[in-house]
Amino acid sequence: MPDQAQILPGTLDLLILKAVSLGPLHGYGVLLRIGQISGQTLLIEQGALYPALFRLVRQGLLKANWGTSDNNRRAKFYELTAAGRKRLRLETEGWNRLVGAVASALAAQPEEV
Amino acid sequence: MKLLSYLRSLAAKLFHREQVADDVDQELRAHIQLRADDLERSGMDRAEAERQAHIEFGGQQRFKEECHEALGGNFLETVINDLRYAVRVLRKSPGFTFAGVFTLALAIGANAVVFSVMNAFLLHPFNLPHSDRLYAVWRPDVRDAHESYPDYLDLRDRNRSFEDLAAFNATEAGMNTGKEPFDAWLMEGSGNYFDALGVQPYLGRLFHASDEHGPNSAPYVVLTYSCWHSRFHDDPGVVGRTIQLNKHPFTIIGVTQPGFHGTLVFFNVDAFVPIVNHSAFGQDDANARKDRWVFMVLGRLKEGVTTAQATADLSAIGSYLEKTYPKDDGQMRFTVARPGLYGDYLGGPVTAFLTALMLLSGLILLAACANLGSLFASRAADRSREVALRLALGSTRTRILRGLFTEAVLISLMGGVVGLLGSVVLLRALSAWQPMPRFPVQMPVNPDAYVYAVALLLSLVSGLLFGAVPVRQVLRTSPYEVVKLGGAARNGPRITARDLLLVVQIAICAVLVTASLVAVRGLARSLHNDFGFDPQDRIVVDTDLTMSGYSADQVPAMQKRMIDAVAAIPGVESVGLGDGIPLGESHPDSNVFHDDTTDLIAANVVADVNRFDVTPEFLHAEGTTLLAGRGFTWHDDQHSPFVAIVNQEFARRVFGSETKALGGYYKMPDGKRIQVVGIVEDGKYNSLTESPKTAMFLPILQRPSSSTWLIVHSERDPQQLGAAIRTTLHNLDAALPISIRTRYHVMDFAFFGPRMATISLGVLGLMGAMLAIIGIFGMAAYSVSKRLKELGIRIALGAKREEVLQAALGRAFRLLAFGSVAGLLLGILASRVLALIVYQATPRDPLVLGGAVLAMLLLGLIATWIPAQRALRLDPLILLREE
Repeated sequence: MPDQAQILPGTLDLLILKAVSLGPLHGYGVLLRIGQISGQTLLIEQGALYPALFRLVRQGLLKANWGTSDNNRRAKFYELTAAGRKRLRLETEGWNRLVGAVASALAAQPEEV
Repeated sequence: MKLLSYLRSLAAKLFHREQVADDVDQELRAHIQLRADDLERSGMDRAEAERQAHIEFGGQQRFKEECHEALGGNFLETVINDLRYAVRVLRKSPGFTFAGVFTLALAIGANAVVFSVMNAFLLHPFNLPHSDRLYAVWRPDVRDAHESYPDYLDLRDRNRSFEDLAAFNATEAGMNTGKEPFDAWLMEGSGNYFDALGVQPYLGRLFHASDEHGPNSAPYVVLTYSCWHSRFHDDPGVVGRTIQLNKHPFTIIGVTQPGFHGTLVFFNVDAFVPIVNHSAFGQDDANARKDRWVFMVLGRLKEGVTTAQATADLSAIGSYLEKTYPKDDGQMRFTVARPGLYGDYLGGPVTAFLTALMLLSGLILLAACANLGSLFASRAADRSREVALRLALGSTRTRILRGLFTEAVLISLMGGVVGLLGSVVLLRALSAWQPMPRFPVQMPVNPDAYVYAVALLLSLVSGLLFGAVPVRQVLRTSPYEVVKLGGAARNGPRITARDLLLVVQIAICAVLVTASLVAVRGLARSLHNDFGFDPQDRIVVDTDLTMSGYSADQVPAMQKRMIDAVAAIPGVESVGLGDGIPLGESHPDSNVFHDDTTDLIAANVVADVNRFDVTPEFLHAEGTTLLAGRGFTWHDDQHSPFVAIVNQEFARRVFGSETKALGGYYKMPDGKRIQVVGIVEDGKYNSLTESPKTAMFLPILQRPSSSTWLIVHSERDPQQLGAAIRTTLHNLDAALPISIRTRYHVMDFAFFGPRMATISLGVLGLMGAMLAIIGIFGMAAYSVSKRLKELGIRIALGAKREEVLQAALGRAFRLLAFGSVAGLLLGILASRVLALIVYQATPRDPLVLGGAVLAMLLLGLIATWIPAQRALRLDPLILLREE
């Protein structure tokens, strides 16, 4: 996997919410989906995903149900709750603001100061 | 929903630990399998793919733990860890733990006992449906609830505020079940009594309004559970049996639920009979409006009716009665009152007393907390090295504080449990205690869920309270300073808050000690008080001749035979007989009118007078001084003019002066003119603290009564004499149920209140003293152990014993002196309140003041003994080597 980047601290939750918002997924699926939607650039330590998932469930942002995967394995599937959807929207806006601000800060030229 | 899901996951974690762990395991395994599937698909063989998947996943155990933490519930785990640590620490210092647990056990036990009594008497007196709406019809002008039967019927039928109004009357009757006859206490209830209260039968049925068909129409008796248990040995076959009450046949129809003893809190009756059968128990007239013999009228207010509305409603009925029956119902003012403690008659003093007790025990708990707070603070100071070390090693202050709080709460909970156990034992004993053997008086104060809840709450709160004392100390600890300087050298501004706590505590203790000494002295003095009679060398015999079947015309002859028989016993100086005696359990009272009053209505009453119908020898046997005029003779009978001997207060109140009274006339409610032929000294008739009351003595031959009280004056040993009297009376009539007591014993009734007050105060005082001792001890021990080095140096330099003690304990003694003085002053102020309960309770008494000072000194001596010994026995050599 080329050009992989460590994700920024605190962004894992946001990425999980985003991944799950596109359709119910099991844990491994979340991992694959994040890889897929980030163009295989974001690297997530596989085990670190689960504490995050449990935390989100506890916070009521995700709900989990046991089901069967495509290749007939029993797996726990995660879905976004209403609260999760709202949180995703808020965090996305926050992130975009932050990115915009950082980008414009970085784009500043000497003559603009 | 966040909270809900948090709780759910917490619950899942707590209650399904295994399952949750399993769940996490499965999910992680599924992940690895899915990853392996992918790898397999890309061409790896299965075994290699699984190995690769495991490696990629990373440390499974670590993630599992992180998952558990993420699930919540780790708070509980830290609490459990804290608890484990606290238990270990406390086990290491058993002396400290014992002092803490013991102190709190005392304080919380005291609170549990007082609260339990309060709960039983005031908060939840009856275990009946909607008992909060249960009220009695009360007559505020006479502070009484007695009504006549016709007035009761009017109240019942005309009121619009009560769901139903019931009436009852308490009475004593001879119950004969076929075996040994005994004196039973009965409650005569109106037909609707049980239905109005919502009482259910335990066995058989209760009586109802439909059972009443006029006088003597319902010869039924309902037993209380406890009577059924003790007298009928739980025999389910009693229903339908016929027993005799005052020699009248009554059929047992049922048994009430356990715990229902009638509608007076203190008073446990044996059985219930319909009030329409009253003629079996008394001569009162159920048709006379002025014969107010019905003890109480009570019922449940309708839903939403306020006490003010009920009072207005009853007052309207009152004015109707006044208008309609002006001759009998002079003044009919009504209000409503709590029935259980007989309105504010008992309810007032009981409430005041219990509130005061609750306050005091609250103070004791506060003192205990202050005490433990300072013990905790000194321990925290002793442990400052440990705290510093833990801080240096990276522990957070919150974590350390949480540990301290856990210790505090652990101690307080243990103390609470021990205290509660102790109080349960005490309350059981109190519930079984019968303070007045003549009456079925009991205090059902067994603790219930409320009591347990309050005790638990109190322990938690006090744990947090005294646990909070060392907080600031820990927050201020700087690991660097402490480790560098060593614990002992810290000499900042010396613990002033702690000193204050101790002073407050000593003051509280001194208040209690002073107050209990005042009470004890007052009680002791009132035993030798001038009662208006001499209780020394007197024996009292009482019985009721109706209960053993004597008809009214047989009574005087039998009474004369009893007097003669007892008077003939060797050593008996005189024998008097009355239908009641002063400061006994009961005697009649009567309204009187001026001689010129023709309209004998309530409004014209001059005084409600204590009445004693007595034989000629009575006053002499009692030791009551005749001040003027003559005594009675046996010729003052129904054929001669009506005469009376009155007391000084009567003479003053009715005639204006004693000289006018002698030879003067007054009228009784039945219109009879009575001439005053003698005047006696004032006395106490109902209670020790009463202000002077009017009393009159009438010749018993002019007003015969079956109630028989013999006063026997003799210097013989009461035990022997009692036995002789019993044999003598037994020879006269073997079936006569008699009770024989000393005159002092009879007065127990009057002494009950002050005695209870004194005992409670004494107990509280003792507890206060113990707490103060622990407090001073803690402080003294701390100050000695903190200054060991300094003291050692002083001794090495040749300091005298006094100087060492002065250095070690001077502070403790100064605090003691300061607190004691403050407490003594407060105690003297508080004694004014006490004087309302205990006769002649006055703090202006050298013995009280001296006693209080001595007690506080003694207390200081006990508390500082061990630390002082430690300070004196210091061996500077050993000490210096150790440091």
